[in-house]
Amino acid sequence: MTAEAGPPATPVVPSTVAFRAILGKDLRAELRTLQSLPAMALFAVTTFVIFRFGLDRTSLSGDLAAGVLWATLLFAAILGINRLFVAEREEGGFDAIRLAPIDRTALFAAKAAALLAYLVVLELVVVPVFAIFFLDSAAALAPLALVLLLADLGLAATGTLISSMAVNSRARDLLAPLVLLPLAVPLSIAATGAIEPLLALGGPGYHRFGTWLAVLGLYDLVFLLVGYAVFDFLLED
Amino acid sequence: MYGKGLRPLSIATVAALVVSLSLVFFYAPLDADQGFIQKIFYLHVPLAITALIGFVIGGVFAILHLRSGDSRWDAYSYVSIHMSVIFGVAVLITGSIWAKASWGHWWVWDEPTLVSFLIVFLMYATYYPFRYAIEDRERQARYASVFAITTGAFVPLNFIAVRMAQSLVHPRVFATTNGGLPGSMMLTFLVSLLAMGLLWVTLVKFELTAKSASGQIKRLRRALDAPPSGSTPRVAPEVS
Repeated sequence: MTAEAGPPATPVVPSTVAFRAILGKDLRAELRTLQSLPAMALFAVTTFVIFRFGLDRTSLSGDLAAGVLWATLLFAAILGINRLFVAEREEGGFDAIRLAPIDRTALFAAKAAALLAYLVVLELVVVPVFAIFFLDSAAALAPLALVLLLADLGLAATGTLISSMAVNSRARDLLAPLVLLPLAVPLSIAATGAIEPLLALGGPGYHRFGTWLAVLGLYDLVFLLVGYAVFDFLLED
Repeated sequence: MYGKGLRPLSIATVAALVVSLSLVFFYAPLDADQGFIQKIFYLHVPLAITALIGFVIGGVFAILHLRSGDSRWDAYSYVSIHMSVIFGVAVLITGSIWAKASWGHWWVWDEPTLVSFLIVFLMYATYYPFRYAIEDRERQARYASVFAITTGAFVPLNFIAVRMAQSLVHPRVFATTNGGLPGSMMLTFLVSLLAMGLLWVTLVKFELTAKSASGQIKRLRRALDAPPSGSTPRVAPEVS
């Protein structure tokens, strides 16, 4: 922890304490208000129905299944990402964080963890629905969970970074999807690349599964590090 | 102050472009396979390489800006990315023409370099709406720098992902050992690359000069309009 050279030696709260406090605050707020998650889940399920008619298919497999699942999850995630920092901005949370004697990257870590939790809960609800709607068997769900978890981690890193900037701009709801979609293209390529053989007709396949997991891991690592490195600058004022 | 050396640089750029174009049309041999249309390679590839390097340079300037807090680096970063986006439009157009001539389609999805470049271009195209949605000058500069660093990390990742998603059906120009290009073509290509790089630097310098000049005029005008309150006129710091 780098204590900024302030004149009095203020007692600096350990990062882990700050992290747990902010994360706990976010999860509690979401549990009590239910602002994001139900909307995300509802959006995702409705999107499945639209794909059902848009593609005119009653069952999906392979590349089509991977595309529908990933596109739906990505767009549902953007709903949550848009709202991630709204409370901080509207209720003055940013100022409070700035005043508090804590490492600012604790905010990044806590917000990314909160977003990761939202995405995991979203998928726990939505992926089974997807399987019931379109898939023939549930055999691929376990490896699918691993792929989605790695993809969520990357999305949490970039989503937190972009959302924290977008919320302080004039066009906030517009900006996050605009910047995040191209940024998520490598993630989408790797995630759908790994999911496609998993959902193939006739049982899950693992064609280049390890390679795609490595790409996902690399994406997660790079953007977590970038977020950690630059997040300090986003809170200065 | 950015105008210094602009004239010799411009002359060098024009000379390099003239030399490279004469090499392209009078020295480099016709491609046995594709014939005359292959000459667009000497325009398309140097443009693409220059644009990509320009994006990286924009990211490096952004790091310098965040480290020093000097708004000059932000202006450098902005102009670098701006110029590379313009070059990027030229890359996509020339690439499309080349694709039509040699593969028969305006757009080819299984050419990884083309697809990667499109994604990178789309990513950087969001730099403008992103930057101008932030009103506060200082915050705008800081956020733009964070954007430039993030996308700088994005570019190589994107190339890796797109390259892996494709089965490599098309032979790459530099794929074989020893470059795969005959010496005369290689020389022409390198001169073209140099000329394109010089063009990029010159245009960046022009843009910076113009920006700084208009900033100075604005400041002078404000100083003239300010009431003569005895002490020095208060002048807001501007991206110079």
